[in-house]
Amino acid sequence: MDPLDMRLDGNAAAGMLMDIFGQDMTGALTTCATCHAENPVGRLLVYAHGMGTVIRCSNCGNVQMKVALIRGGYGVDLRGVRTLRIWRAS
Amino acid sequence: MSTGFISRGFTGRRRAAGREASRLPPGQYLDRGFPVLSAGPTPKVDLDTWDFRVDGHVARPQRWTWSQFLALPRETPRVDIHCVTKWSKLDTTWEGVALETLLEAADPVGGYLIAHCDGGYTTNLSLEDVSDGKAWVVFGYEGEPLPPEHGGPARLLVPHLYFWKSAKWVRRLEITDEDEPGFWESAGYHMRGDPWKEERYSGD
Amino acid sequence: MERGAVLRRLTWQLAEVAEVIPETARVRSLALRVSAWPGHSPGQHLDVRLTAEDGYQAQRSYSIASAPEDAHVAITVEKIDDGEVSPYLVDELRTGDRLEIRGPIGGYFTWTASDGGPLLLVAGGSGVVPLMAMLRHRAAAGYAGPTTLLYSSRTFEDIIYRAELDRLAAADPSLRVVHTLTRGQPPGWTGYRRRFDRDMLAEVAPPAGTHALAFVCGPTRMVESAAEILTGLDYPAQRIKTERFGPTGG
Repeated sequence: MDPLDMRLDGNAAAGMLMDIFGQDMTGALTTCATCHAENPVGRLLVYAHGMGTVIRCSNCGNVQMKVALIRGGYGVDLRGVRTLRIWRAS
Repeated sequence: MSTGFISRGFTGRRRAAGREASRLPPGQYLDRGFPVLSAGPTPKVDLDTWDFRVDGHVARPQRWTWSQFLALPRETPRVDIHCVTKWSKLDTTWEGVALETLLEAADPVGGYLIAHCDGGYTTNLSLEDVSDGKAWVVFGYEGEPLPPEHGGPARLLVPHLYFWKSAKWVRRLEITDEDEPGFWESAGYHMRGDPWKEERYSGD
Repeated sequence: MERGAVLRRLTWQLAEVAEVIPETARVRSLALRVSAWPGHSPGQHLDVRLTAEDGYQAQRSYSIASAPEDAHVAITVEKIDDGEVSPYLVDELRTGDRLEIRGPIGGYFTWTASDGGPLLLVAGGSGVVPLMAMLRHRAAAGYAGPTTLLYSSRTFEDIIYRAELDRLAAADPSLRVVHTLTRGQPPGWTGYRRRFDRDMLAEVAPPAGTHALAFVCGPTRMVESAAEILTGLDYPAQRIKTERFGPTGG
């Protein structure tokens, strides 16, 4: 199966990100550390499998977020995000 | 996290190991297929410009083109593979070049390596873990050219460690003095990944 | 801009299967009774978790098919041949069984009547599910803004919610449902008989100048192709929302 077919988008990471951040993150805006494109997380590209989830910029393809599924929780690497804008929860 | 609820009539897709159970490391189950796990799109590779390098802390940096690589002495290992996501596949057959062949040519000074791959994936290994018939760069699987979704044209094969160490689309081995965490290791996976010791996550 | 998110941690809860509704040969809807359900927005999904006796667990996400106004929370599941969870949900699960779920999840890919339109919904196969939640809510809310559903299925028999879509469109002049059948057509079929392409979308989609909102859902390749076509028809990126379902679907 070609990974292109298995490519998803930020909606697929919504549950995991809600676990980590405590609120829906698909509407949060990221600025890519590599190309500076700004997009809602829902529009980013997601490659997800049993080891973890990789969230890539929909503009340049570089990794923005990496979430490893490790025993007891998550290993989160956000180095590919320059800025993350989250709206205050109501 | 578990609530104790059992779904009536659900067994999942796992295959019972039966006679093969002793060949499975702890926590693993057999898989009929060969799952594709990728952190990004399949790189498009032009064999005319493909090369393989061994450099970093070595006495003699090396570079092979595709045709030069295919001219190296090759082996056909038949091995069991174990993914940290718990599936295992027994008696897989591959064709490729032993890592000793590549490392001897470069004469490493450092004791570790970082594998760099098309698409940006990396993983780290000790030279001890890839010597003495323990590792290959393979370009054939089950008698055919290695398919792109499984790492073709060439990938690492290090079957005695969890399969995330068998990096797909490998292009370069950078020899280092320190063990530096790669793509998944830096996010919480184990630095070494021995399935027989269940070294899945850092701290295991 | 996106509305403020509600702070709420997800917890697993037990739902009871209130009703099982066959949709097509491979697709089934499950109406669930969820006691502590907080409500949802059309387009959101929920996670389902199955646990075997030895503790093995498998988890998948399914779009919510029901409108927030409906009595039960419904999901619609397509059986994937070598799947692990969908065959259980489509073939094994019965009324009265319990199912672990958590949700609702998501916020980006949602539409409620207050978001306005015109609305263009583009569905490939089981991608119609979240869009159906939007249409059911739209009907319950009495929304009369111009709305088009462009829906691709393999064959006539594969059209999910076919009768209900016919009814909704017949009763509401502001709703247009356009089908395309890509693999086989019944005798006398006068509709589209191919995958989405620029000509089809140019004929069906509201012009970009109407400031239409587009929601595209289905297999990854179809979604990316349709989104690219809409961009080429001058839909601004912020007016195109996509949800990729991966390799499966019509």
